Amino acid sequence: MTRTERQNLMKGLAFISPWIVGFAVFGLYPLGTSLYYSFCDYDVLNKPVFIGTLNYQDMVVDSVFWKSLYNTFYFAIFSIPLGLILALLIAVMLNQEVKGRSIFRTAYYLPSIVPLVGVSMIWLWLFNGDFGLVNFALSKIGIQGPGWLTDEAWVKPTLVMSGVWQVGGTIVIFLAALQDVPRALYESAQIDGASAPVRLLHITVPMISPAIYFNLVMGIIGALQEFVRPFVMLGGSGPNRSALFYAINLYQNAFDYLNMGYACAMAWVLFVIIVLMTWGATAASRKHVYYGGDS
Amino acid sequence: MAHRLRKMLLYVVLLTGAAVFTIPLLWMLSTALKPIDQAMSSPPRWLAYKQLMDVDGQSISVGVEKIPTPGTPGDDNDAGLDTPITVQVAYQWLLEIDGERVPVKPVDSDFDPDTDAPVAVTVNHHLQADTQAGQRPARIAARGGGREDGGQVDVTVIDAEGYMSRVTVARSDLRKTYDQTIKDTEASFGEIETLNVSPAMLSKSLVPWNDRKDLAHVFVEQHPATAGDLHEEISLRWGNFGKAIEAMKMFPTYLKNTLFLCVMTVIGTVCSSTLVAYGFSRIEWPGRDKVFLIVMATMMIPFPVVMVPLFTMFRDLGWIGTLKPLWVPTFFAGAFNVFLLRQFFRTIPKDLSESAKIDGCSEIRIFWQIILPLARPAITVVALFQFMGTWNDFLGPLIYLTDQNDFTLALGLQFFQSKSGGTQWHYLMAASTLVVVPVIVLFFLAQKTFIEGISMSGLKG
Repeated sequence: MTRTERQNLMKGLAFISPWIVGFAVFGLYPLGTSLYYSFCDYDVLNKPVFIGTLNYQDMVVDSVFWKSLYNTFYFAIFSIPLGLILALLIAVMLNQEVKGRSIFRTAYYLPSIVPLVGVSMIWLWLFNGDFGLVNFALSKIGIQGPGWLTDEAWVKPTLVMSGVWQVGGTIVIFLAALQDVPRALYESAQIDGASAPVRLLHITVPMISPAIYFNLVMGIIGALQEFVRPFVMLGGSGPNRSALFYAINLYQNAFDYLNMGYACAMAWVLFVIIVLMTWGATAASRKHVYYGGDS
Repeated sequence: MAHRLRKMLLYVVLLTGAAVFTIPLLWMLSTALKPIDQAMSSPPRWLAYKQLMDVDGQSISVGVEKIPTPGTPGDDNDAGLDTPITVQVAYQWLLEIDGERVPVKPVDSDFDPDTDAPVAVTVNHHLQADTQAGQRPARIAARGGGREDGGQVDVTVIDAEGYMSRVTVARSDLRKTYDQTIKDTEASFGEIETLNVSPAMLSKSLVPWNDRKDLAHVFVEQHPATAGDLHEEISLRWGNFGKAIEAMKMFPTYLKNTLFLCVMTVIGTVCSSTLVAYGFSRIEWPGRDKVFLIVMATMMIPFPVVMVPLFTMFRDLGWIGTLKPLWVPTFFAGAFNVFLLRQFFRTIPKDLSESAKIDGCSEIRIFWQIILPLARPAITVVALFQFMGTWNDFLGPLIYLTDQNDFTLALGLQFFQSKSGGTQWHYLMAASTLVVVPVIVLFFLAQKTFIEGISMSGLKG
């Protein structure tokens, strides 16, 4: 190592030192401790007691754990594709030359910045079984609306809808990607007689595949950790635990029942699920994602 | 032709979608401006209204059970106008005491106001003490323990948080006030007094229909009328915001905590992330890009994994129940912000730093005087996102904050809903509006920065 190199190393480390300290204290240390706790019986008040893999074994036979996992997957399986498709369609429409484009863009984007607690309140009110605007609108077309938040069957679809409502960030990312798609591609396709859906599927989707991949991964990470909406709207459980999501179950184990060890074990299982699914999405996209001139 | 048709279709779809996306927010605002009975009435209406009618020569808003729908709106000859209906009129009995008109409640509600026989009425009142903390409800302390001489008197007062304390005040600082609103009558230390008065001293005063649930001792009577007597006016209840703040009790504290956290986290994030991003982009050092991969990898760690150890750590530091766990960590650079800033710093030409170095500039001066000013747009994005993140954060405050005095707005709103949800929708929506609107205003002020920031985070990832 030359003198300048050594100097640069010292300078570089000095500049990133806040991150090094932060990573050690708020990253590495909690990660390690959390992994250790996951093999312990720990209630915060007493010292953790090592119990081997008992927490993980408990999970296998814990019906509440499976219910919360099911709820979360249900939510993810509907909200991620719905959100992506809707966002893509809206972005494609907003990418056309339409008057008042910026007003439309604002209208679609605005819901996504509303604080989640606020969203929960609005949704509680809109989807209220007796006085809600949604059920009133349905009654106008002769449909007796369900008790969206009191009927076990409708709780998760309602949560999916409120998630899809906040799809604005995804739309903006798609819009930015769409602006980089060369116009010439569409023009030549049009000359060849390709219809709009064909152009969407065979030009737009491949050309913005990096953005789709990015939004997909973000969607997976977000959906599997869904917490605030079900927690606030349904008090953390809902009828027959229909809104007991994984992160809520984890939170309740940690802070309501003080099963901190079990909660840590659950968190690591969640981490593994997220990594596996992200890896799956990456592997699947490797064949399909097109990175312009980079690759 | 086909082209025009397609364009039309596009507009229809876009407009419908935009309506669906905006209606929830508008509905929140609409409900926030209604009296509760209109919030919960069907069919719902967008704008709060009042029904005015002439009662005893005075135009006053009244309650109408069911308004007959006229055949043709705006048609004066419509038969609907003559339809007899019953309206409800709200009123109070007022008694003049010490030059002030005070609502009273006749003990026998069916008394005859036209006789001379005295009627018994009750009136609610409070003792108010002038203390250093302002006018507070008070009660004279028990005779045995309390001192009451020389114009001094011991009283128990209730402070804004509801705690009782005993203070000594001058007798002249104690004032008897008569309760005007329901809230006054329900406050602690209230007393009820029965007076015998001549009916002539009582005057009947009409009360606007939508105020009947706020004022003390309001009675309702039926009046026959016809549909044509009614005259409707839009009447938005902006006062709901003030009432919602009052109902939430500690709203100012929540707001203060939230703003404090926003300021601290923005300062923390901007200071630390710019430094770290500089170290990852403007200085060449061996192993830099490998370390940066670790930074990126930390973004993958789900919060629940570190949640429990962080909690125990903060507890051991004695930080649980304080705001510190929510802002101190931001001074140690979050991965996402470092990534965003690094992307931007890399676009600044190397020559700028090189020539500065030749001129003998130190690294920290280059950072401060060259890079930071140039990176203003990116720093704004980071600051804005951090502000929003702190304003919206719910899980962090939920875990670390135990005392209401430390609650943030997001947590306070949920707390308010869990206490009063399902009954006071108009106040809940008003409170939600107060939490949501600042974010929306911020968006309109910095729209471009927002959009740029999001595209920046997504595209180059």
